[in-house]
Amino acid sequence: MRLKFALFVLACWVLLAAAGAWLPFEPYRIDLARILDPPDATAWLGHDDLGRPIWDRLVVGARYSLWVAVLVVGISLAAGTFIGAVSAYAGGWLDHLLVRVIDIFLAFPGILLAIALAGLMGPGLDNVVIALSLVGWVGFARLARAQVLTLKQRDHVAAAVSLGAGPGRIVWRHLLPLMAAPLIVEATFAVAGIVIAEAGLSFLGLGIQPPEPSWGSMIREGSRYMLVTPHMVLAPGIALLLVVLAVNMLGDRLRDRLDVRQS
Amino acid sequence: MNDKPGTDILLSIRNLTTCFETANGLLHAVDDVSFDIRRGETFALLGESGCGKSMTSLSIMRLVPEPAGRITRGQVLLDGRDLLRLPEAEMRRVRGNRIAMIFQEPMTSLNPVLSVGEQIGEAVRLHRGLRGRAAREVVLALLDAVGIPDPARRHDEYPHQLSGGMKQRVMIAIALAGEPDLLIADEPTTALDVTIQAQVLALLERLQEETGMAVLLITHDLGVVAGMADRVAVMYAGQIVETAPRDAFFAEPRHPYSRKLFESLPDIAKRDRPLSVIPGSVPPLYREFSACRFAERCAFAWEDCRASVPRWITEGERGVRCHLYDRVPASRRPLGAEAEATSSTPSAAPALSVASHDGELLEVEALQVHFPIQKGLFKRTVGYVRAVDGVSLRIGKGATVALVGESGCGKTTIGKAILQLIRPTAGRVLLEGTDLTALRGEALRRRRRDFQIIFQDPFSSMNPRMQVGDIIQEGLVALGLERDPARRQARVDALLEQVGLPREAKGRYPHEFSGGQRQRICIARALAVGPKLLVCDEPTSALDISVQAQILNLLRELQEALGLSYLFITHNLSVVGYLADEVAVMYLGRIVEYGPVDAVLNRARHPYTQALLSAIPVIDQETRREVIRLEGDLPSPAHPPEGCHFHTRCPHAMDACRRRYPGRTRLDGGHWVHCYLYE
Repeated sequence: MRLKFALFVLACWVLLAAAGAWLPFEPYRIDLARILDPPDATAWLGHDDLGRPIWDRLVVGARYSLWVAVLVVGISLAAGTFIGAVSAYAGGWLDHLLVRVIDIFLAFPGILLAIALAGLMGPGLDNVVIALSLVGWVGFARLARAQVLTLKQRDHVAAAVSLGAGPGRIVWRHLLPLMAAPLIVEATFAVAGIVIAEAGLSFLGLGIQPPEPSWGSMIREGSRYMLVTPHMVLAPGIALLLVVLAVNMLGDRLRDRLDVRQS
Repeated sequence: MNDKPGTDILLSIRNLTTCFETANGLLHAVDDVSFDIRRGETFALLGESGCGKSMTSLSIMRLVPEPAGRITRGQVLLDGRDLLRLPEAEMRRVRGNRIAMIFQEPMTSLNPVLSVGEQIGEAVRLHRGLRGRAAREVVLALLDAVGIPDPARRHDEYPHQLSGGMKQRVMIAIALAGEPDLLIADEPTTALDVTIQAQVLALLERLQEETGMAVLLITHDLGVVAGMADRVAVMYAGQIVETAPRDAFFAEPRHPYSRKLFESLPDIAKRDRPLSVIPGSVPPLYREFSACRFAERCAFAWEDCRASVPRWITEGERGVRCHLYDRVPASRRPLGAEAEATSSTPSAAPALSVASHDGELLEVEALQVHFPIQKGLFKRTVGYVRAVDGVSLRIGKGATVALVGESGCGKTTIGKAILQLIRPTAGRVLLEGTDLTALRGEALRRRRRDFQIIFQDPFSSMNPRMQVGDIIQEGLVALGLERDPARRQARVDALLEQVGLPREAKGRYPHEFSGGQRQRICIARALAVGPKLLVCDEPTSALDISVQAQILNLLRELQEALGLSYLFITHNLSVVGYLADEVAVMYLGRIVEYGPVDAVLNRARHPYTQALLSAIPVIDQETRREVIRLEGDLPSPAHPPEGCHFHTRCPHAMDACRRRYPGRTRLDGGHWVHCYLYE
């Protein structure tokens, strides 16, 4: 039941993001006569402070949040797993060095670092992706490193070494498949975090720039009129809430599912 | 202890049935089990893994994991009172007070964050209502009673500061705190080394004499039963198939399963023939049985066995569940003398002689493996663990050399150092003249096909996400030995057949196989690359007796057929006697005695070897030796004692032993020893 709900919400998110790209939505059409209009038959989520239809902006914004989430989690997962696995597998001075680097990154609150980076590089979608990825890989690297450290002590790795398997083969065949489960679970939770982080950056004006809509920037714009016209905050806010909830539920479910006790 | 009179019954179990709800249906883990335990006696419940012996003991304590498991039928009468009907609050007073329990793993049974004294003190407080100074006195007395030296100091130590044997003593002290009438000991010594096992068993025996408690001993080890038990019950597939007084049981086991267990024990006397094995496997316990559970695997089964469930037949002190003892008159039973003839399998291989040596395959010279002990922020090296400290040995082509020693003596490290899985600190490993320690990178990788390893735990040594076919051909692919996929598949098929598995095994995953089958897969994987040397690191220690026999037979056949050399690492001396040509006995990183198997096992010279041999529980009553009990535990290899490493535990230690490590003394026939007694 809860799984169905989560999958339904996520499917809507992806469909909306795709629809935003192909269907003729009008997120930039300013209609000064309808400023702050509440929901009605023609615009069922109402209009914002410039008279733009909120539904259209929400749909197009979904595309950006999905795009950022997928890209950032993909880059973080790949880079983090690679760095963590290499660090643990190689050991020695390289491991020492990488662990220090990871520690330094972890010493800062992630979102603060991302804000600093985005501020340095200037606002924009690309820079949001870069900033969040630069922060995001650390968690995956630490997880991957811990996994490899325990897995490489196992007898089947020793057996593979004595069968003449090289390092690449061992990492690819004997380590990655066994650490996939925790990494996938971590990735689903990261999706939720990234969606919120992107909204936060956009809320601060460091993310998507106007007039492009994103859920975060929509909440920022709406917050000024929250007491007068709550629908401007509620629409993107609830969308964000649903997506994060759904992704977390899916992550929980995946964790239970993949966490088969393998001796 | 054989002549304990007590005929009054302490605990009586009647028709006990315990079921488990599983994905595959209702599992009858314990099925209609009845037996009695008398006051002061030791009753042994003997069986292989999964036969329901541990579940029986948990049922007695009402500790069956709920809600999946539940006791569906039967009575557990303690002094005539049915424990299964007691309210939980009252049952709690029985546990620990009347019946106490100790487990196999002392490491996990103690709480790591409480001191030993607190843990025993808790039991004392609960069961005797003592507090403060009075409780402490009792705890110290208990520690003293279980033979822990310096109780006042140990009282405030934590479990991690104690060795395995010490922890098991602490567990026993906790169990004794409530002065129980019955002690359930569930594989109490299985996780311990033989010399420590001998200490703990002697302790149990002494405590039993002092307190007059009864012991329910649950074990798979026939040797332990022979040494400890007054009466024996054999369990198979959830049922008791035979009960008998100890001496009668060992003189003449009646049930075909019991007989098979004896026959499949390896022994030096059996080395010229394959071990007898039990074909097939234990039937799944989901269904109702309409026939004898053992019929499928029994050499004596006839139509009655497959048509009806055998009833329980008693004859004086003995009982057996077998059709052979029902309607068939004694004279016509195919047991006894005729059984010997049928049990020596028709496919018996030609007499296996001691392998003829056609030159050396492996030479290990002065091998050292030292692990640095690092401390502090900058990982300063503050010392070394001398895991292997100057070991030399040779293995001839087609020969088997056994490396024997207790855990922590460095035998596994030697195996890994020979395979270059751990790089040695010093010394050479020559395989057909090539020094493996000098090889690096690609050159070493190419050479790896010549030497392979088989591990103790066959499951963890296989990647659970790979299919068996891929596991077996891994070496062929990794080394590029066979690039044609079709020919590779044919090779996998041939290997599976060679180790006695069906071809369909290819497409399945390791968890779908039993322990013995998994070990066969591991052997096939090692054989795939065509090795000359196989390092077998305790390959049968995790397996049941009957499965161990199958694997030992397989290893022998393969040696005959392929001319393999084995380095057989084990702590089990009866396996050594059956399989090895030469034996090296290790103590704290060094070989203390070396020689042909017959010389070392029958004319052991080093006091440590003698103690090791005497500590093995033996079945044969006539050959029972006086146990040379070693005091204390293995010292740490980080700080080996000055002089001879063994002098701290040696009954013959002299002044010279404390000063210098003894040199090598050659005895006759390639037998040598490091000991001042023979210099």
